[in-house]
Amino acid sequence: MYLFGYKLPGMSSLLIWGLLWEIAGQMEVSFFLPALSAIFSTLLEIYHTKVFLRALYETGYSFCAGVFFAVFIGVPTGILMGKNRFLDELLLPWVNVFMSAPLTALVPILMVLFGFGLKSIIITTTLFAIWIIILNSRAGVMQINRSLVDMANSFGASPLDALIKIYFWAALPEILGGLRIGFIRAVKGVIIAQLLISIVGFGALFELYSSRFLMTHFWAVILVLFALAFTLSELLGMLARKVDYYASKRSQ
Amino acid sequence: MTKEILENAVSVKGVYKNYGEVEALRDMSLDFPKGQLTSLLGPSGCGKTTLLKIIAGLLPATQGEVIVNGKVVTKPGPDRAFVFQDFALMPWANVIRNVAFGLELRGVGKVEREEIASKYIGNVGLKGFEYSFPHELSGGMRQRVGLARALSVDSPVLLMDEPFSAVDEQTRRKFQEDLLNLVKNENKTFIFVTHSIEEAVYVSDQIALLLPRPSRVSEIIKPSGFRHKDVDSIRKDSEYLDTVESIWKSLRTYVE
Repeated sequence: MYLFGYKLPGMSSLLIWGLLWEIAGQMEVSFFLPALSAIFSTLLEIYHTKVFLRALYETGYSFCAGVFFAVFIGVPTGILMGKNRFLDELLLPWVNVFMSAPLTALVPILMVLFGFGLKSIIITTTLFAIWIIILNSRAGVMQINRSLVDMANSFGASPLDALIKIYFWAALPEILGGLRIGFIRAVKGVIIAQLLISIVGFGALFELYSSRFLMTHFWAVILVLFALAFTLSELLGMLARKVDYYASKRSQ
Repeated sequence: MTKEILENAVSVKGVYKNYGEVEALRDMSLDFPKGQLTSLLGPSGCGKTTLLKIIAGLLPATQGEVIVNGKVVTKPGPDRAFVFQDFALMPWANVIRNVAFGLELRGVGKVEREEIASKYIGNVGLKGFEYSFPHELSGGMRQRVGLARALSVDSPVLLMDEPFSAVDEQTRRKFQEDLLNLVKNENKTFIFVTHSIEEAVYVSDQIALLLPRPSRVSEIIKPSGFRHKDVDSIRKDSEYLDTVESIWKSLRTYVE
């Protein structure tokens, strides 16, 4: 980012918006928008409290479990769909439906099926993340260089060898792209689940703080959540850039 | 060649290949003598790559059979190795893993397969590039990796699908010279697909001229007079030049 010909350090835009937020907060534009500095001081107050740590743990646990199933079911399913025409035609309509469906509306059904506990929260998280992971893995496999497949076959690769040693690696740039979006959707999923299913984790904190109009507390939790999601997405982005060199010229 | 009767390493007998309505190959029969290099030469659409892939077992024939060293084959096997036109290297793996990949799939241990791979990497002139990645190499070097991979599984039959068509002209000439030495020194049977008349005449013991619509073997040419000459004088040899000329005469009607 450049300003008056000077190169600003990375994330400068964040500083600018933060500053604007602070000014708006100090001017007391709205009750719902406390000053950024007040939010940070609240964050410092609450981050070591038992309530906060417990919420962090509950949300983190559901998130990790949900993402785990999304990845370990989604990636192989996507690869197999990209490889196998029959499987693809069988599953693709469902994947597309769920991809664009308002999943929040399904949460009550999940509650009926799986109860009001952790299980439903984890399943909701998985459902938010898995479809884009499947679609991206599938897309990665579908643009594989045919000669690589011929090469593996000509040297006698078993189907499992081909899957693990060729298809997975060839699709890796797209798979990582899918994981990045999937993880962000999983953050959304876990919070929605915690608000709708059983009031635990960060969902419970949101509920508590907003019902009591503790706006600085409310924003503090949101900031933590944003920071976590952002870090996660950046980490995956870094990983994706590592394999970028072959995404563009796969034929070699 | 001096030997009158040569055993065939590969025989193709009455092979048909249809893609739905389209007839890609019709009643193709062809013998590939052991220890020699046979070219499949012809204009695009004559089915030469299709035939090569059927021999490799990568494509099923609609009808007919392929016999490799006395056995009918329908699938890829350790008796054949393939060199690809676009190299088919794994971009995520370094040179030594790419070269050793055929051995890796056959379950050869890491130490042993890397030892074999290093030897062939040296043989194709890539010593020092073992830990480079394909995107760091030139086109010619990449094809040397592809060749080293095919050599390191030590198959008696080497199938090459226009292996030099994606490299520049100078590299290509060097490759052709190297190929002649390879045929001389490695006791292997080479089946070589090309659309270059000069290349086919330069490197081949036997040229199968394929013509399209429907695909068939129109002629088998065995240039013999200049095969013993050294690599530099072949291109000036009168038989070489005459053979190139006569093949062009047969093919020119198929070029619009």
